[in-house]
Amino acid sequence: MSENILEMRGIIKEFPGVRALNNVNFKVRRGEIHCLVGENGAGKSTLMKVLSGVHPYGTYSGQIIYNDEEQKFKSIADSEAVGIAIIYQELALIPELSIYENIYFGHEVTEGRIINWNQTIVQAREMLQKVRLNVNPSMKIKNLSVGKRQLVEIAKALSKNVKLLVLDEPTAALNEDDSENLLELLIQLKHQGVTCIMISHKLKEVVAIADTITVLRDGATITSMDAEKTKISEHEIIKNMVGRAIENIYPKRKKKNPGPVFLEIKNWTVYNPVSEREILHDININVRKGEIVGIAGLMGAGRTELALSIFGNVPNYKITNGEIIVDGLRKKLKHPKDAIKAGIAYVTEDRKGNGLVLIQDIKYNTSIANLEKLTEGIIINDKKEIQVAKDYQKSINIKAPSVRQIVGNLSGGNQQKVSIAKWLFVEPKILILDEPTRGIDVGAKFEIYTIMNKLVEQGMSIIMISSELLEILGMSDRIYIMSEGSITGELKGEEATEQKVMAMATRVEEVME
Amino acid sequence: MKVSDKKSVNDNEPIGSELHALIKENIREYAMYIALVFIFIYFNVLTNGLFLSSRNISDLINQTGYIAVLAVGMTLILIIKHIDLSVGYVAGFLGAVAAIFLKNGWNVWLVIPLTLFFGVCVGLYQGFLVARIGVPAFVTTLAGMFIFRGFLSRVTAGTGTIIVRDEVFRAISNGFLPDLPFGGNLHVLTLLIGILAVILVIISQIRQRNSMLKYNFKVMSLPIFISKILFMSVIILLVVWILAGYRGIPWTAVIVGVVLFIYNFMLHKTRLGRYIYGIGGNSEAAELSGVNVKNVTMFAFASVSMLAALSGILYTSRLSSATPTAGLGFELDAIASSYIGGVSVNGGIGRVTNTIVGALVIMSLTNGMNLMGVDVSYQYVVRGAIFILAVAFDVKTRGKRR
Ligand SMILES: Nc1ncnc2c1ncn2[C@@H]1O[C@H](COP(=O)(O)OP(=O)(O)OP(=O)(O)O)[C@@H](O)[C@H]1O
Ligand SMILES: [Mg+2]
Repeated sequence: MSENILEMRGIIKEFPGVRALNNVNFKVRRGEIHCLVGENGAGKSTLMKVLSGVHPYGTYSGQIIYNDEEQKFKSIADSEAVGIAIIYQELALIPELSIYENIYFGHEVTEGRIINWNQTIVQAREMLQKVRLNVNPSMKIKNLSVGKRQLVEIAKALSKNVKLLVLDEPTAALNEDDSENLLELLIQLKHQGVTCIMISHKLKEVVAIADTITVLRDGATITSMDAEKTKISEHEIIKNMVGRAIENIYPKRKKKNPGPVFLEIKNWTVYNPVSEREILHDININVRKGEIVGIAGLMGAGRTELALSIFGNVPNYKITNGEIIVDGLRKKLKHPKDAIKAGIAYVTEDRKGNGLVLIQDIKYNTSIANLEKLTEGIIINDKKEIQVAKDYQKSINIKAPSVRQIVGNLSGGNQQKVSIAKWLFVEPKILILDEPTRGIDVGAKFEIYTIMNKLVEQGMSIIMISSELLEILGMSDRIYIMSEGSITGELKGEEATEQKVMAMATRVEEVME
Repeated sequence: MKVSDKKSVNDNEPIGSELHALIKENIREYAMYIALVFIFIYFNVLTNGLFLSSRNISDLINQTGYIAVLAVGMTLILIIKHIDLSVGYVAGFLGAVAAIFLKNGWNVWLVIPLTLFFGVCVGLYQGFLVARIGVPAFVTTLAGMFIFRGFLSRVTAGTGTIIVRDEVFRAISNGFLPDLPFGGNLHVLTLLIGILAVILVIISQIRQRNSMLKYNFKVMSLPIFISKILFMSVIILLVVWILAGYRGIPWTAVIVGVVLFIYNFMLHKTRLGRYIYGIGGNSEAAELSGVNVKNVTMFAFASVSMLAALSGILYTSRLSSATPTAGLGFELDAIASSYIGGVSVNGGIGRVTNTIVGALVIMSLTNGMNLMGVDVSYQYVVRGAIFILAVAFDVKTRGKRR
């Protein structure tokens, strides 16, 4: 057997109007952790979809050599059969089924034609041990956190005897602890002989675990760097990714002088009738004009729930107490429409789930929240709409062949920019950004931060919810820290440090008493 | 990523490969037209030219009308990922209600709006259950199917079939646009309308293409564009020529045309239309964008029931009577028309213009089989088979295009 477990040669993949992969060469050594990085839309996911048979043989050109044999995968099942497993960012588990049912879904443990459930549970427990997940295999998936679900996915892959594991942005939705845990697991799997390809925009973790780093740009391989012997710096990766150096990824604002309080939330207490729990307890926060306020906290601290309950309360929580004051006036926001009217915009954390209409195009998604502005009489002015979409495409640099491109076909980062464009178009006075840079490359992150700075300089207020501590620290004028549905601390931008924020974010017991 | 910034595909692409791409992208739509042409030729041959005779085409239009308007409403419902199984009996029942009013001597110009209004009420009731209470549409309208079937039996119980004698009412689905006083054998007004239609089509197509060119969007190359316009013009003129040979344009065609125009306009030019597609594509995202999903859902149900009422009026007019079995199976034909016309089974996608063609496919089959004297039992099987074939084809081709 040769040193390389996988070699992809001269891969070309085209979509209508777009050449996503333009002659990519990609080699992976047996038993290494290989990180694949590149800007949004560089073609990383597409390359992995070619590898796994999602884009079947014949729809691309080039060769895939795996274990010294040329492979012609017609479907995912074909690639799985030879030991390749791919784990997508959108997890493919069935929430209502138990962990063990999920792990063996599709390749059940059988005796003759009958499923042996006892054996299944025993084996599932073994797999869970391998991924160091210490939970009862009979638990339902829906009761697990995202981080744990990710581990179940890996357990599932292991149960299929995987040799080459592909992870597409596995840590994008994980908090620091879970991410660390996952990375350690990958290293452990490596020692057990599993080869790993990981796509990530979090360069810190790439530097930490990669044996080789391959950079894609514009559908071509820029470089493949050996990180085993020499240490590769984040700066060097960035330079290769975007073609220029970015000195400080948190750009400085020119003037910083927040105005009067614009939005105030008082004694906000919210009860979730579905889970039958109080999810937010007596929250008090305010945001000034021209100020960026960060909300930090661990996954599940209640930050998204807070945003949703303010923004028209779509999940139908029971708001048992509290009031919203916008620009000095008490407001009742019963529907997102009311919130938008009051000048609030909310960019959701889950752009595919509830942010965008994926089957529609860029211009549709850009205009949908403010069609009133484009309507003359009862008719929507198509020409104006196209112009608006084009303007935003240009101003925030959405990479797409035209504004009629279907949003579902855009890369993750460009989808995120479309959601931002949509909310900028409603010309809000306050913008709530929920995990605004999740799954976004450094270049685009920098662009989004720059946009944020420009907006607050013009007097807009911004609330930024983020699980990325560095981003919260780098961008905020003021930081609230949330834990278990309560505000557990408030820090000025300059006095905030990682340690202080983390301490407050995990401060649970004291608050409860 | 490399973005092709060509103004149009024809810059350096041979026509052959453009055609190929065009067919691949629009295979669904083309398949529907091919099926239609095939059905026309097939039945015309088997009936020795009877099928494409002026008289039968007029008949076909009248027959398609009551399914077509229903299918337009159903398309909206399917786009927002609901379903309405009750429309058949709502049509039957409200058609009977109209007949009873007429029998009691009410003025036809009062009866028609009143019936449509009842339709809206029925729709609001079902829409309320679906949107506000949260009962699944399938359940709500299955119950509705029983309820209105009961109502229909009730109102026709005493009398059986209710005959309609009102001339105006009967003309809706049996009458034709009057001709201009001169003319002779051929129907001049019909021909004039046909020519006008061709001119309008050409102008609007050219304008559309020009505006797309202005924004550097991909457009068809000139030769293909011209062939498309020619093809459309020929079809329109052919139909008009055939109709002019009998009694001209049926009133039903006018009614369907108006309904089609209003709904097409609404779906593509107004906010409401955008919201409907948005809800079908991702209702949570729509809601968070400030769309009142509940109200739009109510609207869609009110509108499909109103069109069911219209369908009932057309059907009652066509038979000149209301019968206890009116409306039986309409819902299936309407749903089939929508799916054949390319509404996605996953919601969010669909066009009412194509739905009308879908309705024409379904009703041509029925009409042709009737002409040939095929037994009703076989007809059901054929219609069911075509329906499922269309959906399977749709699912398959959509999967490929991903
Ligand atoms: N099914 C598709 N149809 C059309 N274009 C597509 C499709 N899938 C991907 N593309 C295009 O191919 C290019 C590469 O996309 P890909 O998803 O591979 O990027 P990526 O490197 O994974 O980016 P990200 O970091 O944002 O996830 C993009 O320009 C995207 O718009
Ligand atoms: Mg990707």
